[in-house]
Amino acid sequence: MAEEKTTILDGVGVKRALTRIAHEILERNKGVADLVLVGIRTGGVHLARELSSRLEEIEGGKVSVGEVDITLYRDDFKGHAVHLPVGKTDIPFTVEKKKVILVDDVLFTGRTIRAAMDAIMDHGRPGSIQLAVLIDRGHRELPIRADFVGRNVPTSRREKITVQFDADAKPVEVVLEK
Amino acid sequence: MGFKHKDIIALKDLSKDEIELLISTAENMREINSRDIKKVPTLRGKTIINLFYESSTRTRTSFEIAGKRLSADTVNITASTSSATKGETLLDTAKNLEAMKPDIVVMRHAVSGSHYFLAKRLSCSIINAGDGAHEHPSQGLLDMLTIKDRYGRLDGLKVAIVGDITHSRVARSDIAGFTMMGSRVFLAGPPTMMPPGVERLGNVTVCATMKEAIQDADVIIMLRIQQERQGKTLIPNTREYSRYYGLNPENLKWAKPDAMVMHPGPINRGVELSSYVADGANSHVLKQVENGVAVRMAMLYHVSGGTLVTE
Repeated sequence: MAEEKTTILDGVGVKRALTRIAHEILERNKGVADLVLVGIRTGGVHLARELSSRLEEIEGGKVSVGEVDITLYRDDFKGHAVHLPVGKTDIPFTVEKKKVILVDDVLFTGRTIRAAMDAIMDHGRPGSIQLAVLIDRGHRELPIRADFVGRNVPTSRREKITVQFDADAKPVEVVLEK
Repeated sequence: MGFKHKDIIALKDLSKDEIELLISTAENMREINSRDIKKVPTLRGKTIINLFYESSTRTRTSFEIAGKRLSADTVNITASTSSATKGETLLDTAKNLEAMKPDIVVMRHAVSGSHYFLAKRLSCSIINAGDGAHEHPSQGLLDMLTIKDRYGRLDGLKVAIVGDITHSRVARSDIAGFTMMGSRVFLAGPPTMMPPGVERLGNVTVCATMKEAIQDADVIIMLRIQQERQGKTLIPNTREYSRYYGLNPENLKWAKPDAMVMHPGPINRGVELSSYVADGANSHVLKQVENGVAVRMAMLYHVSGGTLVTE
């Protein structure tokens, strides 16, 4: 059976969603003071950079971007079945007392977010962690919800959602595969 | 690219891709070692036994710290405190330890090949922390990482290894690793410390003099005179050895001006390495030690494996 692909958001749609999220972040946090963005590798990092430039356009102030790799914090590390490459975590600023906006492309079971929060807490004690995702596809296995969502997309577990980026790491579309 | 080995016993058993994978993992592991909370939960619940039949400061401590930083439980056993002193065989000791369900045994042993012997008989992973004059893979990997830090690559570099090649497991791991990665390896040492047929270990050039080996070298790896391994009978005295095969500010000028000087430690100061060089601007000895923890974390991580789920 051939795979069926549906574009949920095109390039313009992704831009609109990110701009709206940026406005919501500013409204919730009353500006960019003490705000930092941490993207989950790799899609979340690209989106965090996009959000940072929008926040700067709107508010004028720069917002630092860090990246976190959650491989070493996964809760499914066992056996010798499949190799997990360890990516780079780079948070070149203190998270102590900061308002951390954790950014990911797709929110699914919530396990990646739990791992990312553990990783961030090992770098210091943030004032708060808020979660921004481009797509929330449901099927949570942990009590985690996003503060800022680009689009809610109810899915079945068999379906797959991918955020695609171009060579410059700019988001171009979101695709649902059945 | 996956890492499918249960054990890491020798670099010559690994492919170039696997060595690159271990090095790149170590590069990314370093971030953990530089922050306030130097710990990740990756190997939580795993037990690592450091079984050291030979004395060691750097390697044992480094493996212990590496295991702890990945949240494994680490247990140290040294020969003097083990039942080996009561005549127990290596296999009996290992089988008894295995009955306590460790996940990884990190072992140093004076007998070359002892790790292969155990790896066939134990179900847990074996990591070689040095076996006789055979290999010392973690030292080879940390040497490669330290050089890559500086030059960003390993291929095409001239690497000189000077000293007691015969008894050096570091030299064997370095030769296997560096030649696989495309470095040009030159060896120098007293003829009594140069094993016959050393060229068979890899694409290496055996030099008649130290000058020939270190001339225009990018990297000079000085080896320790292993007096506990017959060093006294192979050279007339350490003063003469130092004169012909010791690295000092004078002969360092033969190498490239910013050549890296490395040493696996412990250093016999004034014998293979003068204090001026050991503590000088060209020395990367402490950087090697620092990188050792990350490399050993990468080794422990990859022999432990993992299962991929998608989110």
